[in-house]
Amino acid sequence: MARSIVQEFTKGLWDEVPPFRLVLGLCPVLAVTKTVENGIGMGLATTFVLVCSNVLVSMLRKVIPAKVRIACYIVIIATFVTVVELVMQAFAYPLFLKLGIFIPLIVVNCIVLGRSEAFASKNGIFRSLLDGLGIGIGFTLSLSALAAVRELLGTGDLTIWEKPIDIFGPSFQPFSFMVEAPGAFVALGLMLCLMNLVGKK
Amino acid sequence: MREMIKMLIVLTILATLSGGLLAAIRDNTKDRIENQVLEFVKGPAIRSILEGATNDPIVDRFQLKVDDVERTFFVGVMDGQPSAVTFETSGKGYGGDVGLMVGIDVENDQIKGVGVTTHAETPGMGAKAKTDPSFVAQFRELPLAEPVNVTGDGGSINAISGATITSRAICSATNDALKIYEKIKPQLADKLKEFK
Repeated sequence: MARSIVQEFTKGLWDEVPPFRLVLGLCPVLAVTKTVENGIGMGLATTFVLVCSNVLVSMLRKVIPAKVRIACYIVIIATFVTVVELVMQAFAYPLFLKLGIFIPLIVVNCIVLGRSEAFASKNGIFRSLLDGLGIGIGFTLSLSALAAVRELLGTGDLTIWEKPIDIFGPSFQPFSFMVEAPGAFVALGLMLCLMNLVGKK
Repeated sequence: MREMIKMLIVLTILATLSGGLLAAIRDNTKDRIENQVLEFVKGPAIRSILEGATNDPIVDRFQLKVDDVERTFFVGVMDGQPSAVTFETSGKGYGGDVGLMVGIDVENDQIKGVGVTTHAETPGMGAKAKTDPSFVAQFRELPLAEPVNVTGDGGSINAISGATITSRAICSATNDALKIYEKIKPQLADKLKEFK
């Protein structure tokens, strides 16, 4: 089942979009999607880690001994996560405060390790780069979509960058359940259901 | 055996490279991160105390040792004179330590103002110390000579209703700051001259 190069990229956007199709990496998906800004920030951080670790793992796939491959992947992934953490602290400190522990936790995000193990360790550098990029962007879009639903219903605002934008106006009664933890599960469930309905042949 | 050695070598090289890369990035971002923490955690309090300063108090800072504790002082230049300085102390609040930035007006021997930086007080009660500016406004222009206290303790500060412990914590943090200032007054005056 050989895919074309374009498909390596686009599969991450729909066919294998991580939270909805693979149902992977749900911890940050549920936890940080209170505002769209958080969702985008988390998604981009994960995308960076995914792309870099995919490329490096693919580059080193013939050097890394099979018995210690997971340890090697973790070293590579943890390095890039720390890079993201430091850079975010230096340049986007308010966002870093909001995402908090979920940035270091990208290390244990199973999407990242999953792509290294299942894809990058068996494919060339260019394909791995596209795969990482596709999955990363898919992840970012999923987080943003989920966050948009939750924030819109929960507060009536949308926060794309720093300042919230009031969408529904002052007469809107916020359904604050949606921005709380249980609301995340409900919103995710409804979106999964929607995705399955649309994808049904 | 050969496989063992290969594993060792690969992992060692990977970990070394990773360590080197991270150390390099850390070194390059250290100052920026320190500035960002100051800007976003302590910055709002400093700026509200030193309102009207013509310099950037976060850039114009220095450290002094007071009783074996290294403290950071932020200088405010008003009308061309480095006439105010702020530093942080803390008091025991209801939910833990309340960090307080205290500004001293060096020229007039007055409190320039105070502002809460970090706290874990109850939202809507003790947390008002940070969110409601009218409480900390009471500290402005008080003389340095006498300790501040809430009215219940014979002072002049009206406590936040329902949050006497927080109000007391802020008073005691202010008094600590006054004591520290008394101790280092000469040193501080020397240091401040550098910012003219």
